[in-house]
Amino acid sequence: MAKRAKPINPVSPWPGIGAALFVVALILGALAAVFLRAEPGRGFGPADWSAVRFTIVQACLSAGLSVALAIPVARALARRRFLGRRALITLLGAPFILPVIVAVLGLLTVFGRSGWLSLLLGQFGLPPVQIYGLHGVVLAHVFFNLPLATRLILQGWQEIPAEQFRLAAQLGAGPRAMWQLLERPMLARIAPGALAVVFAICLTSFAVALTLGGGPGATTIELAIYQAFRFDFDLGRAALLSLVQIVLTGGAALIALKVSQGEGFGGGLDRPIQRWDAAGLGLRAQDSAVIALATVFLILPLLAIVLSGVPGVLALPGVVFQAALLSVLVALTSTALLLALAVPMAATAALGRSAGVEIAGLLGLAASPLVIGTGLFVIIYPLADPFAWALPVTALVNAVMALPFALRILLPRARQVVGRYSRLGLSLNMQGRAFLWRVLIPRMRPQIGFAAGLAAALSMGDLGVIALFADPDLATLPLQIYRLMGAYQMQAASGAALLLLGLSMGLFWVLDRGGRWHAEA
Amino acid sequence: MVVHSGTFALSADLTVDMGRKVAVIGPSGAGKTTLIEAIAGFLPLSQGRILWQGRDISRDAPGARPVAMLFQDGNLFPHLSVAQNVGLGLRPDLKLDAAQQVVVGQAIDRVGLAGMGARKPAELSGGQQSRAALARVLVQNRPLLLLDEPFAALGPALKTEMLDLVAGLVAETGATLLMVSHDPNDARRIADQVILVTDGQAHPPQATGELLDNPPPALRAYLG
Repeated sequence: MAKRAKPINPVSPWPGIGAALFVVALILGALAAVFLRAEPGRGFGPADWSAVRFTIVQACLSAGLSVALAIPVARALARRRFLGRRALITLLGAPFILPVIVAVLGLLTVFGRSGWLSLLLGQFGLPPVQIYGLHGVVLAHVFFNLPLATRLILQGWQEIPAEQFRLAAQLGAGPRAMWQLLERPMLARIAPGALAVVFAICLTSFAVALTLGGGPGATTIELAIYQAFRFDFDLGRAALLSLVQIVLTGGAALIALKVSQGEGFGGGLDRPIQRWDAAGLGLRAQDSAVIALATVFLILPLLAIVLSGVPGVLALPGVVFQAALLSVLVALTSTALLLALAVPMAATAALGRSAGVEIAGLLGLAASPLVIGTGLFVIIYPLADPFAWALPVTALVNAVMALPFALRILLPRARQVVGRYSRLGLSLNMQGRAFLWRVLIPRMRPQIGFAAGLAAALSMGDLGVIALFADPDLATLPLQIYRLMGAYQMQAASGAALLLLGLSMGLFWVLDRGGRWHAEA
Repeated sequence: MVVHSGTFALSADLTVDMGRKVAVIGPSGAGKTTLIEAIAGFLPLSQGRILWQGRDISRDAPGARPVAMLFQDGNLFPHLSVAQNVGLGLRPDLKLDAAQQVVVGQAIDRVGLAGMGARKPAELSGGQQSRAALARVLVQNRPLLLLDEPFAALGPALKTEMLDLVAGLVAETGATLLMVSHDPNDARRIADQVILVTDGQAHPPQATGELLDNPPPALRAYLG
């Protein structure tokens, strides 16, 4: 048996393996630190139990409502073509990179005590609506996850082959028969995955609970960790709560990975399906109403941010601009870190050693930002002043959190490029750096730009670890907005939110566009 | 030598003389591409060895073999200009000195693409893309040229044109040519010899005219 001297790879797998090991070490190290610091002997107080209960209840409600509402929206989008359909589907992707604090301010402007809805109700002599508490948290989660669930389910609809609709129409199937024959089986396959994904996302909700929840009845575990930290500086209790959170999110992430199929931000969603069974006037009116309602629900809070932010933006205090500058720096650092991790990992996975690298990338989903933040705090605390490390830690944790998404964007393209060009590269003796810089990275530029845009926007809008680590003189823009809200400077907060919205979307746009600029197919 | 590609096995025991132009023909699935890829170094041998002028090259990396190869498709990097694609044949990291750039320019002129060095492959026609790939083969100046049907997607007239260009290039460089083909007319046009590949067995080369005029049963079944 003659054997090859060494495997034929156009690029070395080692940088990717190194990056994966770094991520694993970081996350497991943080978890281990949490585990060692936790003090189970002290037991779980009633407040802690109530946080666990609230976390699960709100996540169940948010997931159930998001998916239940997403089904009619996805169905309407799947079987109608209309002007602005593409724009609406693009808009459905926007909440993913929308800073939570911005959305919360928008929702407050629309649904708050003195918001637009309350004003309208007041016209009819009705009392204003109350947004703080469980229903506010659920409302915000539905705002964020209804679009995601709609995209996931719409993907299911698109995956039903057009021939099947044609065949069913030829057999004379009406809407009801179509539902039983094609749509219900598809939903039975897709909906559990969508439920699990939204549930897992809502479990780690921090910024929403911080702003709209709070109090004994509406505290998530993430928020309880934060409070144990900031108010009591009780590291043992924070660690114990983190432990519970790890079990919950890890379990939910496992279930979500098992039952979910698509990732919801893939392409091809703007292709309408030819349908013959839904031409009736009633169904058309129903679909139009559903689409209109969903659009209004998504657009109103964004519109509110713009309208209420404009006066504030002109009179922003200087601290806001300082915070904005810091945020941009953190976001760019985080993006650079993400790319330094994700590109080598995608390259290594594309060489065929995907399992280990992909698991390392997904580990970020199993641990919440605050848990990792707690772990890093525990590790840094004896060695240095953790507050001095606030910004680097924030950038790093943001990068690790964006990693699963980045890998999902980069990996398929990396596989394609390696599959198509590795032989040509090898036959020209282009190995290692020459292949990496001359072929792999240029060919992956659009995907790298998209991943970088997502990472920058996510980091720009992140209000998580920074809240844990920041001292009073230091704030990123989202934290500064939260502080302005806490000080009831709502006009300045709205102005800063508009600035944050512009910066996040701007960073995303520039990076995504930059990647696709003059990129050959 | 014996090569395994998945569950498929190809065995070959043959010698090709230097400077010959050899067509590799046979039914699809018989192992033509497997033979070429084993020689190029993309498939590990499970038995035997490949000798080049008496030296065992079985374990050399693909780029270290005395081989230039054109694949069925994807012979150019779409994000690089024609000149860059050709320049890769001289330096994989594209750090070309002035003399090397002159060589690249001459090769581009030689294949009939004068003035198109700055274009991207997408701005070229199919025939021009083939010419650009051949210009790279020219600057690579390797003694063995392997063609795995790189012109299959071209029309008949264009394919003939490319084969004539290939024949002209190997005549200039003195390289040995191994060319996979479906079409016996390709073989007649430029090949001195034919390696017949049937059922996982590559037969030693035979003179083109003799073999095609008096085909053995396996080849007759394929030619129809």
